[in-house]
Amino acid sequence: MQVVPQLDFEPVTRKANPEKIIRPSTTYWQDAWRRLKKHRLAMAGLVIISFLLVTAAVGPVLSPYSYSDQSLMETNQPPSAKHWFGTDNLGRDLLTRVLYGARISLAIGFVTSLISLGIGVTYGAVAGFFGGRVDNVMMRIVDILYGLPFVLYVILLMVILEPGLKTIFIALGIVYWLNMARIVRGEILSLKEREFILAARVTGVGTGRIIWRHLVPNAMGPIIVTMTLVIPEAIFTEAFLSYLGLGVSAPVASWGVLASEGYQAIRSYPWQLFFPALFISVTMLAFNFLGDGLRDALDPRMRK
Amino acid sequence: MLQYTIRRLLAILVTLLVIATLTFVLMHCIPGGPFASEKELPPPILQNINARYHLDWPLWKQYFDYLAHLARWDLGPSFKYESMTVNDIINNGFPVSATLGGIALGIAVIFGITAGIIASMNQYKWQDNLVMFLATIGFSVPSFILASLFIFVFSYKLGWLPAALWGSPQQVIMPALALSALPTAFIARMVRSTMLEVLAQDYIRTAWAKGLSGGLVVYRHALKNALLPVFSYLGPLTAQILTGSFVVERIFAIPGMGRHFVTSIANRDYTTIMGVTIFYSIILLLANFLVDIAYAYLDPRIKVAGGKE
Repeated sequence: MQVVPQLDFEPVTRKANPEKIIRPSTTYWQDAWRRLKKHRLAMAGLVIISFLLVTAAVGPVLSPYSYSDQSLMETNQPPSAKHWFGTDNLGRDLLTRVLYGARISLAIGFVTSLISLGIGVTYGAVAGFFGGRVDNVMMRIVDILYGLPFVLYVILLMVILEPGLKTIFIALGIVYWLNMARIVRGEILSLKEREFILAARVTGVGTGRIIWRHLVPNAMGPIIVTMTLVIPEAIFTEAFLSYLGLGVSAPVASWGVLASEGYQAIRSYPWQLFFPALFISVTMLAFNFLGDGLRDALDPRMRK
Repeated sequence: MLQYTIRRLLAILVTLLVIATLTFVLMHCIPGGPFASEKELPPPILQNINARYHLDWPLWKQYFDYLAHLARWDLGPSFKYESMTVNDIINNGFPVSATLGGIALGIAVIFGITAGIIASMNQYKWQDNLVMFLATIGFSVPSFILASLFIFVFSYKLGWLPAALWGSPQQVIMPALALSALPTAFIARMVRSTMLEVLAQDYIRTAWAKGLSGGLVVYRHALKNALLPVFSYLGPLTAQILTGSFVVERIFAIPGMGRHFVTSIANRDYTTIMGVTIFYSIILLLANFLVDIAYAYLDPRIKVAGGKE
């Protein structure tokens, strides 16, 4: 046996409290937020959405024109220093109209995504988790709402309530959680048979906690993708409703309405379609970036 | 399984009855009638018309009369298109819409899944970026703009394809592409997202470690588990796309049945509203039933038929 020379080793001084936790423990949501902040594209998406929200709120006020001011001497002007986005067939400033439309379309996007997240995820998760008869009844209700003609109850809502944004929200609210509910339910049906759910049950975790802390975070990928579909769909459904005379009424215009108006003049005045379409696409892009980042951030497997 | 099938088919009948009843009530609640027009008809004529279509009967009698006919798949005469029954409308329109919709659905499923797999296998590389870029465009450009762009480029500028109407294979291409853009984009994104999750799991690493070929790992092990949310979406999508799209069929002047879902309501064409709604609902309910069965195939752990143990 060799004797280790004394000089080569130095006894480590014991730290005062080796059990001390160096980093504060983070909750699921703190951790998700921390990871979201690192995701560059997601932050870019967040910045774009915030920017759109701010311009939608402030832009129409700062603009020298109003969304409804007609100027028949300047109809169908191409973009210029005076009218950055040009004018429409009644000489209305397109920039102002697009910014004003952002209020309506973004509101529609946010409200429907909240509805599909709130109602759709809860409904689908409950149906999928309990399964059997509960699932059967809950899913048949979804089928019924899916089967009823959308236009029919939109008209009925317009008769009962007055036409306007609130009615559109309610009409969209009735249908825009159905797809989400179906997709979440399918995911939960599969996830709940996995071992980690069995483990959770064995350790006595309550039903609500299993659903919200174990099942839903694992279904986050499909949830986010579905949500990014819901937003543009809702924006264009609103345009379709306006086209049928059931949406927001002129001279107020949403992006969907502006796009369908611009589409009619696509041959002669393409910018009338280009700018609303550009704003819609940029918004979608931002939501998609944010959605991808959220998916990564909320994925419990990537937690460190 | 047989017992489950029978129970589900019974549930479909009940669901159909509820949909039919609610639609009946809803459509009689909205103001206006099939023969209300700006020019008022002389009362005796209106009386005759109402008597011909039994509109003078009390509502409950009309309802049960309708159900009795429905049981024999007799959907009644259309109020708007004289000399046509609703059965005729569906028999004429559905084959056209279903052909177009079926092709669009095929495009969406094949290209969507393939693109999703390619993107997920090359995460953050150019293939992935390209697929995601195209998918975002598919999301954010609505079908009516896409359809008119197609017409503008391929018919008007290049003259390659006929701009509208129905009959030749060339006339299918543009409407099918316009119809399939959104579902393709959605499926591609969904497959990419779920594939990324599945590919990160232990059993996939095991499969690679065993030395299985890439194709086997992707198709046998990963894809089956990644397709679940796509199937959930396919149920309603099938019903929607096979019964035609109002917008696309209008732009390309295709004699499908998509327009009846909107025009029948505008016309208060009661029998047509009921007929197309019930027809659509049958496809929807059957498709959702098939999806539930397919779940058990994709993930054998799923017990759709059984309840909670």
